[in-house]
Amino acid sequence: MSSTASTQTPAPSLHIALVGNPNCGKTSLFNQLTGSRQKVANYAGVTVERKEGFFTTPSGRAVRVLDLPGAYSLDSTSPDEDVTRDVCLGRHRSEPQPEMLVAVISATNLRLHLRFLLELKQLGLPVIVALNMMDEAQRNGLQIDVAGLQADLGMPIVPVVSLNRAGVVPLLQALDLPLPAPPPPLPAGIDPHMEVRRLLAVHVVDPSAGKDRLTDRLDRLFLHPIWGPVILLVVLFVMFQTVFAWAQPLMDGLDSGISTFGQIVLKPLPDGILHSLLADGVIAGAGTVIVFLPQILILFLWILALEESGYLPRAAFLLDRLMALAGLSGRSFIPLLSSFACAIPGIMAARTIQNPRDRLVTILIAPLMTCSARLPVYTLLIGAFVPHHTVLGIFGLQGLVLFGLYAVAIVSGVIAARVMTRGVKSEEHPLLLELPPYRRPNLKSLALGLWQRAVMFLSRVGTIIVSLNVLLWALSSFPLPPAGAPGAAIDYSLAGRIGHLMQWVFAPIGFNWQICVSLIPGLAAREVAVSSLATVYAIGATDDGAADKLLPLLSTQWSMATAFSLLAWYVYAPQCISTLAVMRRETGSIRTVLWAAAYLFGLAYLAAFLTYHITRAITGVP
Amino acid sequence: MKAEAFEPAPSYRGTELMLYLDTLPKGTHAVIEKIEQRAPLDPIATRLEELGFVPGEAVQVVATGPMGRDPIAVRLGTSRFALRRGEAARVGLRTAA
Repeated sequence: MSSTASTQTPAPSLHIALVGNPNCGKTSLFNQLTGSRQKVANYAGVTVERKEGFFTTPSGRAVRVLDLPGAYSLDSTSPDEDVTRDVCLGRHRSEPQPEMLVAVISATNLRLHLRFLLELKQLGLPVIVALNMMDEAQRNGLQIDVAGLQADLGMPIVPVVSLNRAGVVPLLQALDLPLPAPPPPLPAGIDPHMEVRRLLAVHVVDPSAGKDRLTDRLDRLFLHPIWGPVILLVVLFVMFQTVFAWAQPLMDGLDSGISTFGQIVLKPLPDGILHSLLADGVIAGAGTVIVFLPQILILFLWILALEESGYLPRAAFLLDRLMALAGLSGRSFIPLLSSFACAIPGIMAARTIQNPRDRLVTILIAPLMTCSARLPVYTLLIGAFVPHHTVLGIFGLQGLVLFGLYAVAIVSGVIAARVMTRGVKSEEHPLLLELPPYRRPNLKSLALGLWQRAVMFLSRVGTIIVSLNVLLWALSSFPLPPAGAPGAAIDYSLAGRIGHLMQWVFAPIGFNWQICVSLIPGLAAREVAVSSLATVYAIGATDDGAADKLLPLLSTQWSMATAFSLLAWYVYAPQCISTLAVMRRETGSIRTVLWAAAYLFGLAYLAAFLTYHITRAITGVP
Repeated sequence: MKAEAFEPAPSYRGTELMLYLDTLPKGTHAVIEKIEQRAPLDPIATRLEELGFVPGEAVQVVATGPMGRDPIAVRLGTSRFALRRGEAARVGLRTAA
């Protein structure tokens, strides 16, 4: 096959797929190969994340690489594993079979990963084995006879370290070579487990076998019946404190940057409709949401880092019994924790739950886990109505209130799940969760993950949020009030009329018509509610009040009962349209979605109603 | 730590006396004897085997959950898994000599 000609002109482009067990370092290898040249989407019809990337080999060969979901076996037990199986077998509806597989296995966990490799050997596809985490294996004193193992398996093996660029060079070089022949299938009648045992006995010397590794020592602390839960609680608490405290200086900086930008850009424009559209609709609208980027990114940083470090499955272990109280298993913990960033990835992560009922209940309560898009609303209202006190010397009262809001949401989620699972015939809920070795999170992976979230968030700001704000601006500006009419202009507009109509429903929970107006676009994306309030008030106020004046404005115009009622509303807030859409796609049932929307709306109304009247009774404001 | 010292009696399942992973005391080493199917084509038993719970492998319980000592964390070769006791009850053991 190889000729001198193929080394002079670049070889034709190549289509490969990365396959491997969960926790084999496949994703960090993918990130290392492709850098930011990635396309993240979904497989048609299912919400399994489809990650594709592009790179070129040293000789200039263009490679398209698909990062298949991690799997333990081709004998699938989840939608994730379905995709991996179908693509590998060339049975997938929209995904062609790759020309070659790169099987990623971790040198530190060969017993588990070699077994899956033997399954891949049966496919009749060319396979290159990327033997990952060689650095860690060497630190553990593991000796692997790579050449012998390679000859035995009949597949080329390339040792890699996916943590740095230099570590993947051997793989890049291997991809420049002609495709290897498909490996010979395992002879019939040979048990793969026995074969793995034989391969390990012949080619691997592991002096640390059975000895304590760092992971075992850490597990004694992190999985300790007393210290484990204490540490988990501290981690979660610190997480929420930093989201509130660390983000503040960055947010203030962004805020002043945006208003300076607005002043410079709008200066040459004369007062009038266009000025109002740009200032009140576009800049005030987008600005108030962009300000929350640091907070959302810090939250995602935590979740990504906890995931990469291997701590998340431990948290699932510690919380399994608690989740059992809610009728779920520890497996639901990861989707639910992701829902704190955004319900959409959370609902999508629920696909790793094999039990269909557990999966449905997890999806239904995911919107109760306070997503980061609600933070802008919380931040604004807490900033306006909760004093900046310090409690016990170190905790800010504002942070404590925020923590409390999250806690109330979690407790409600547990109760809701309990109610939903009550009376259903109890069947077995598998946990069966791998506890991977602890690893220091890879900075490059974290940075890439954050970058993808930032782009997603900003493109939302740029599209949905700005267009909704322009629409809202139009609704709040037209029709114009008759000349010389008394009162604020927005009172005469369409938005004003809609808001006044909605007040029939929302007055009992203390919402004024401005809140009612901002609830409408808030359905499209929760964080828009804040910018909508800015728009409504900027136009409603007689002077050209900008978004940064919203906070003092609210603390004077709203009663504390109204503010707390809106906070309570947002704890349960009927979800954004995108969440409902993902729910529809995941469950394939409109009825489920309508039911979810109805139960969340009912809870929100009830909670806001109680909060409003109790706060009024306590503060003594009629 | 009374709970730690408590060692449950091996359970009677089927006809023979056998120790199962759900009752293996923390820290004790044992070797897998068999995986029991709870139903024909029991998916949990199948998955256990795919994860490497096969006869002849050494196991050790390394941690128990903070509430009701459930789930359990098990070391199997170089991997670690969290299992509920019901899942672990499918794994029949003999204690390592």
